[in-house]
Amino acid sequence: MDKFISLQGIAAPLPIVNIDTDMIIPKQFLKTIKRTGLGVSLFYEMRYDNDGKLINDFVLNTSPYDQSKILIAGDNFGCGSSREHAPWSLKDFGIRCIISTSFADIFYNNCFQNGILPIVVSAKQLDELMAAASNQQEFQIDLPDQKITVGDISINFDIEEHRKDRLLQGLDDIGITLGYQEDIAVYEEEQKIKKPWLFQNK
Amino acid sequence: MSNQGPKTLFDKIWSEHLVRQREDGTNLLYIDRHLVHEVTSPQAFEGLKIANRPVHRPDATVAVADHNVPTINRQNIEDPQSKIQVETLAQNTKQHGIQYFDLMDQRQGIVHIIGPEQGITQPGMTIVCGDSHTSTHGAFGALAFGIGTSEVEHVLATQTIVQNPAKNMRIAVNGELPFGVNSKDLILYIIGKIGTAGGTGHVIEYAGSSVQGLSVEGRMTICNMSIEAGARAGLISPDQKTFDYIKGRPYAPSAKHWDQAVEYWSSLPSDKEANYDHEIIINSTEIDPMVTWGTSPEDVVSVKGLVPSPDSAKNENKKKSIERSLEYMGLQPGTKITDIKLDKIFIGSCTNGRIEDLRKVASIVKDKKIASHVQAMIVPGSGLVKKQAEEEGLDSILVNAGFEWREAGCSMCLGMNPDQLKPEERCASTSNRNFEGRQGRGGRTHLMSPELAAASAITGAIADIRDFK
Repeated sequence: MDKFISLQGIAAPLPIVNIDTDMIIPKQFLKTIKRTGLGVSLFYEMRYDNDGKLINDFVLNTSPYDQSKILIAGDNFGCGSSREHAPWSLKDFGIRCIISTSFADIFYNNCFQNGILPIVVSAKQLDELMAAASNQQEFQIDLPDQKITVGDISINFDIEEHRKDRLLQGLDDIGITLGYQEDIAVYEEEQKIKKPWLFQNK
Repeated sequence: MSNQGPKTLFDKIWSEHLVRQREDGTNLLYIDRHLVHEVTSPQAFEGLKIANRPVHRPDATVAVADHNVPTINRQNIEDPQSKIQVETLAQNTKQHGIQYFDLMDQRQGIVHIIGPEQGITQPGMTIVCGDSHTSTHGAFGALAFGIGTSEVEHVLATQTIVQNPAKNMRIAVNGELPFGVNSKDLILYIIGKIGTAGGTGHVIEYAGSSVQGLSVEGRMTICNMSIEAGARAGLISPDQKTFDYIKGRPYAPSAKHWDQAVEYWSSLPSDKEANYDHEIIINSTEIDPMVTWGTSPEDVVSVKGLVPSPDSAKNENKKKSIERSLEYMGLQPGTKITDIKLDKIFIGSCTNGRIEDLRKVASIVKDKKIASHVQAMIVPGSGLVKKQAEEEGLDSILVNAGFEWREAGCSMCLGMNPDQLKPEERCASTSNRNFEGRQGRGGRTHLMSPELAAASAITGAIADIRDFK
């Protein structure tokens, strides 16, 4: 997985609440069997009209926001389905950090699997950051110090230690868990005796 | 979470499945059953291949194609991408020795319908699937939740998942459900009350006499939409109804183990003094038949109600959100819900595609005709639901009323297959999401119960089942 240490750049403001995974990446793009190539379809229905032409006033279609690595959005970002195509499309577009007041659980998890940093801030902080993003101010995201800096604004954010470590080191979660194979085998042997119906052959 | 003292159903399942804590402080939770479908698994199998990792327990994994499948001609999937995805699942399951119900198998259907139908879903289990509506299986007292594709790969490789415990929320609904009110109304009412982020970080346990009084299928409808309330999982304590439902199904515990399993399942219900982080108590008489008017499942009102005004919003963000929804939905504030005219009716999905749902619809439309301007389709949740309905003669009642009788799949719930709304088409849908574009670009979805959707098919506008003769 790609590491995440720090990030610098402008942030795209998307002041809409409950942005769901169908909005992030609509169903027709879930038919791929690859993880890459979805960036062009990110926010498809907001970005393109019925004829497939770019909608000029959508924020990610305007310069300089079409180069954004950071997205600032309203409450409950990423609600809806478990599709990991949502973070895949964001990442493929170039977004590596999303700031909101809250995230849906599955989406939040999926971000960390893909080297994307979701940051939770307060409603007041979000308003300030949204304004700074609209003014095209330069954001600095620093994961080791857990800090967002933009102009005079400096915000410390929380992140669980294990998630932070995984992002900083770009660790493979499966590799870590396979290090506990013996523990898993012991658990299975105990369960076979305790709950044999869970291991019966159909 | 302490090991002593009273425990919730969630606490009990959690501690039974904890393999150990990893050095980074996260918990390794054992997964009893892994359900796999074609859309969220190809990249996971590809990941295994690249790292040369085997599937740890093919015997605990079951696969089916449901999202992408046509509901008319099953011999040939016309969309080349959908076809590749379904074929990829067939190849991957064959290669790894995983049970796969192919398109011509009667057991094929929506993954959350066939799990319970086959007896795969059992109390006390941990069940995952790369699909957010995995919460459905919580109706049996199983801890079941949706995961992303990276986690699908993790479960395939290790049969475990990295998790931290959720918070406990209890929602008790007490009293007999009023006439015309059923499980779908109950869950829509709950989502309206707590909001689509109300359950974030929590597992919701549904309790109270209204919930206990529901059939197992009705309970599945409730747990199914837990995700629409922001919770990854819903739970209902298993009881005799649950055991009776499971007994004799193909994957149920064998006769040799049955009594032992029931004894264990009987120990699962939450202890009386168990603590919850949040508790909500609802009186069943508060609940009307419910309908969504907007583009989030929390945008819900009584069928007797009105489309709300942006001025009623409690803050500026909510006001903007209502304005956006009304514009998308093509609705004026103050419109009576029952004055909203419909173009399409969709009955099906993992929320309401089971035999009881089909029976309800058939009983309402029997000897009637759907409105002439309406197109109505009914998509059974599985091949076996379809077969059962045909044996009961429901298909002819529905076809005579003007419904299209389709093959099993997810269909227009998300429109990955050809079943989609056209721009500005308005649909009464028994599914679970009314998001912008969910059922087709520009399509307008009103979520409701099968009873309301059936009555609405006949009148051609959203109808209150209580007024329907």
